Amino acid sequence: MQLTQTHIDYWHKNLRLTAILLAIWFVVTYVMSWYAIPLAEIKIFGWPLSFYMAAQGSLIVYVAIIGYYAVAMRKADQEHGVHEGEDE
Amino acid sequence: MATSQKTFTQQLKKYYTFYTGGFVAFVVLLAIAEQMGMSSKWIGYCFLIFTILLYAGIGIMSRTVEVAEYYVAGRRVPALFNGMATGADWMSAASFIGMAGTLYLTGFQGLSFIMGWTGGYVLVALLLAPYLRKFGQFTIPDFLGARYGGNIVRSFGVIAAILCSFTYVVAQIYGVGVITSRFTGLEFGIGVFVGLAGILVCSFLGGMKAVTWTQVAQYIILIVAYMIPVVWLSVKHTGIPVPQLVYGTVLEKVTEREKQLTNDPKEQEVRKIFADRAKAADDKIKALPASYETEKAAVTKKLEDLRAASAPKAEIDAAEAAVKGFPASPDAAKAKWTADKGAAAGRTGPPLPHATPYPGKDEKARETSRLNFIGVVFCMMFGTAALPHILMRYYTTPSVQEARVSVFWSLFFIFLLYFTAPALAVLAKWDVYTLVVGSKFAELPAWVNAWQAVDRTLLNITDINKDGIVQLAEIVIGGDIIVLATPEIAGLPYVISGLVAAGGLAAALSTADGLLLTIANALSHDLYYKMINPNASPTMRIAVAKGLLLIVAIIAAYVTSLKPGNILFLVGAAFSMAASAFFPALVMGIFWKRASKWGAIAGILAGLGTCLYYMVHTYPTFIQWFGTTPITKWFGLDPISAGMFGVPIGIITIFVVSLVTPAPEKDVQELVDHVRYPNIAGDIDTRGT
Repeated sequence: MQLTQTHIDYWHKNLRLTAILLAIWFVVTYVMSWYAIPLAEIKIFGWPLSFYMAAQGSLIVYVAIIGYYAVAMRKADQEHGVHEGEDE
Repeated sequence: MATSQKTFTQQLKKYYTFYTGGFVAFVVLLAIAEQMGMSSKWIGYCFLIFTILLYAGIGIMSRTVEVAEYYVAGRRVPALFNGMATGADWMSAASFIGMAGTLYLTGFQGLSFIMGWTGGYVLVALLLAPYLRKFGQFTIPDFLGARYGGNIVRSFGVIAAILCSFTYVVAQIYGVGVITSRFTGLEFGIGVFVGLAGILVCSFLGGMKAVTWTQVAQYIILIVAYMIPVVWLSVKHTGIPVPQLVYGTVLEKVTEREKQLTNDPKEQEVRKIFADRAKAADDKIKALPASYETEKAAVTKKLEDLRAASAPKAEIDAAEAAVKGFPASPDAAKAKWTADKGAAAGRTGPPLPHATPYPGKDEKARETSRLNFIGVVFCMMFGTAALPHILMRYYTTPSVQEARVSVFWSLFFIFLLYFTAPALAVLAKWDVYTLVVGSKFAELPAWVNAWQAVDRTLLNITDINKDGIVQLAEIVIGGDIIVLATPEIAGLPYVISGLVAAGGLAAALSTADGLLLTIANALSHDLYYKMINPNASPTMRIAVAKGLLLIVAIIAAYVTSLKPGNILFLVGAAFSMAASAFFPALVMGIFWKRASKWGAIAGILAGLGTCLYYMVHTYPTFIQWFGTTPITKWFGLDPISAGMFGVPIGIITIFVVSLVTPAPEKDVQELVDHVRYPNIAGDIDTRGT
C-alpha cells in the first residue's frame, strides 16, 4: 500500500477536524462545568444556564458534532478518493 | 450488493413499522380489557409474557450457524437500526428506572451522568468507531491482538473485557429480577431466572444477529414507555406536550418552593425533631454499656405503664414491638443506635436546591463537589468509549461511512431519553412539593398509599410532628419510584404502569444480552479460537460460543442472586475499569504509529492497576471484602471516578514505554494506515473469518 500526497492530506484534514470538534466538546463539557457556579446566574427561559447546558444544551451540541463529522468526512472521503464502493 | 442492501433496509423499515403498530394495538387492547375489569396483576403478566414471547420469536427467526452472522450480524445492519440497537444496548435498567430518580434526589449533581453517558459518544464517533469498522473483525481484543502483535495484549483485552462486562451484567440481571418480581409478585430469585430465560431466548440461537434485531424491538418499547407518562404529566402542568422545552418554568417554581420550605416553621420543627433524635441516639451510644440496661428497663416500664393505664391498643402494640425488637446485646444496641443516628441525622437539613450547581456549606465542600462532578463526567465518557459491548456494535454496519452515521443515530436515540429524564425529575418534584407536601394525612393521593404499601424504602411518609399535615421533611423517597409511579402520579390507567414495567424490562434485557455476548465471545473467539484451537471448524466455533454463553449466563444469574453490594456503584466501577484498561491502548493504537507492544502491555497494566488500587482502597464495601487498608481519597475524589487517575496514567505509560522500546514492525504500520483510510488502493485485508 503506497500513500500518495492526497492520502496524507486526507489524514491531516481528518486530524484537524477531529481536533476542532474535540475542542468544542471539551469547552462545552469541562470548561462550562468548571464555571457552573458563575454561569448559573444567567437565566434562559427559566433555566439557570449551567443547569440547561448540563441537562440539554451540551447534549444537543454532542449530537451536532457527530452529525457534522459524518457529513464532513463523507465529503473528504470523496475528495481524496478513499470513499467506499456502492455498499452504502 | 447495493440494491440488496437497499431492499433490506426498506424491508426492515416495513417490518418495524408494522411491529410498532402491532405493539400499540396490543397496549390499546389491554387498556380496553382494564376498563372491562381485568386485574392489574394480569395486566402485569400479559406484558411480561407477551414481550418475552415477542423477543423469543425474533430470536428464533434470527437463528444462525454462520460465524459472521453470529459474531457481527453479517455486517449488514443499516446505520439507523444499528443506532436503535445501540440505544437499547446502552440504556440499562439504571438509565431507564434509576436516572430520573437520581436526578430527583441529587439535583444538579446527577446531571454528571446525563452528560457523561452522552458525551462519550463524541469520543466513540471521532476516535474509534470508523477505524474499528475498517479493521472489521469480531471483538475488541481482536484489534488489540492485531495492532500490538501477539497473545499477551489479546489476553489482557480478554481479561479486562470480562472484568468490566461481568460487573455490569450482574447489575442488569438484578434489575430484571426487581422488575419481574415487582410487577408479577414472583419472588426475586424466581424473577432472576425468568429474566434469564428472557435474555437467553434473544441471544442463544442467533448471537449478535438475533440480539441486534431484538434490541431494535426493545428500543421501540422502551422509548414509547418512557415518553407517554412524561408527556402526559407535562400537559397536566404546562398544557404543552413537549416537557423538554417547557420545564424551565416549572424549575423556577420548584426553586421558589424550595425557599419557602427551607424557612417554613413547621418544616423547621420536623427537622429539629430529627436533630434531637440524632442527638439522643448519640448520647445513648456514648453512655454504653450502662445505657443498655437503663434503656431496656425504660422500654419495659413504658409497656407496663401503658397496660396499667389501659391505653389504646395501637400504643400498646407499638410498645410491645419496642420491647421485642430491643437489641439482644450492648454490641447489637450500638449498631442499631448508630444506624438510628445516621438515619435521623440525614433528615435534619433543608431541601437540596435542585438547580444550584455544587451546593456546599463552605468553599472547600463546593470545590470537592465540583471535582467529583467532573470526575463522574470524565469516567462515564471515557468508559463509554471503551466498553466492549458498545464498540462491538460498530463492527456490524456495512461500511465505514455507515459506522459514522450510525454513531449519530445511536446518540440521537439515547438523547431522546436522556434529555427527558431531567424534565421528568423536575415535574415529579413539583408534584411532590405541591400536591403531597401540605396536604392532610387523611387526604393523601391514592398513589401515595398504594406505593407505601408496596415498599417502605420507595416511599415512606410519617407524621413526625403529629400535626396531621405532610411536611417535606417527613417524606422519605427512593429514587426508583419516580419512573415507576409517574403513570399514577399523572393519573393514568394501570395499563401504562404495565407498559413502563415492560420498558424497564426491555432496557435491562437488551443491555444484559449485549454484555453476555461480549463475555462469551471474548472466551469463544479470542481465547478458544484464536489462542487454543485455531483449526476449529465454523460449526465447532458456533457450538463452543453457544455453550459458553449458557455457562456465563448461569454464573451471572447465580452471582446476582447473592445480591452483591450497591448496584449503581458496580455500574460506575465497570465504566472506570473499562476506561482505564482500553481507552489509551485503543486510541493510541490508531493515532500513534509508534505505540508499541510493550507500551500497550505496560499501559493496560498501569491504567487498570491504578484504577483497581484506588477502588479497593477507598470504597468501603471493597475494603471489607478484600481486607485492604483504607487510604485518604486523592483530592477527595470518589472511588467511582477512579478512572480519572487510571486513564492519564495509562496514556503516559504507553507513551514513555513505547519510546524506549523498539518501534512496531512494518506490517503493524501498514495495519494502522489500513484502518485510517476507508478505501485505498493496494489495501491489506483484515476482515475476520
